[in-house]
Amino acid sequence: MSKPSARLRLKTRILTSVVVGANVLGNVSLSLGLKNRVLAFTPAAVLEVLWNPWVTLGVALLILWLLSRMALLSWADLSYVLPVTSIGYVLTVIFGKLFLLEQVSTLRWLGALLITAGVALVGATPLRTVRRRRGKGQAP
Amino acid sequence: MKWALVAVIVAATTAAELMQSHAMKHHGEIRDFRPGALGGVLSRLFRNRFILASVALLAVSFCAFLALLSVTDLSFAVPATALSYVLETILAKYVLKERVGRRRWLGAGLVAAGVFLIAL
Repeated sequence: MSKPSARLRLKTRILTSVVVGANVLGNVSLSLGLKNRVLAFTPAAVLEVLWNPWVTLGVALLILWLLSRMALLSWADLSYVLPVTSIGYVLTVIFGKLFLLEQVSTLRWLGALLITAGVALVGATPLRTVRRRRGKGQAP
Repeated sequence: MKWALVAVIVAATTAAELMQSHAMKHHGEIRDFRPGALGGVLSRLFRNRFILASVALLAVSFCAFLALLSVTDLSFAVPATALSYVLETILAKYVLKERVGRRRWLGAGLVAAGVFLIAL
């Protein structure tokens, strides 16, 4: 494919930030709502868990994550989107450390560093390598 | 128990995301982000069987993820489920026919190694 325009790069950056932000904050909210609770899969128990405001917020953020990622996938490769959005793992570790007071070992920080390097590398590759329809298009 | 949950999450997520990427590639680039236009896109997409199947599988994966979070730390749960994405990069090449060049493999490898270290 031809070199993507600056416009497409900018659009990709913005949407990637939305995808990553919704994912990380969604996971943090769910963790706050669920930690140390025993889950049972009866309808009443599920409703009770969903009633928890942290879980509700987490579900709302994960819906935003799903939709924004679908939009991103409409012009970018899966093998581009996956590594680039994995910067969310690094942010999750940092959030876990700062707000959930989880222990983060040296190895985990090293892992976070490797992920950051991988994201930087993939971020510089073309957004898409297969031809697809332009414009609004129809669903298949 | 926790590894059984991880296996369910990885399998369901991989299948779901491949189908989602396939459907969105077919749909083409979303250019108009005004609410009305987005509503139209959504109503079309949610009648697409690949999208519907992928959302159902993501729901399965999500329930398993909730169960996992109730028995482990977030900083174990999140990286462990990321195993799916190694599988997905390989399948993106062979099933979705994306051209995965050297930089992308190297980057994906670094991310995989990093995720593994985080999960230790």
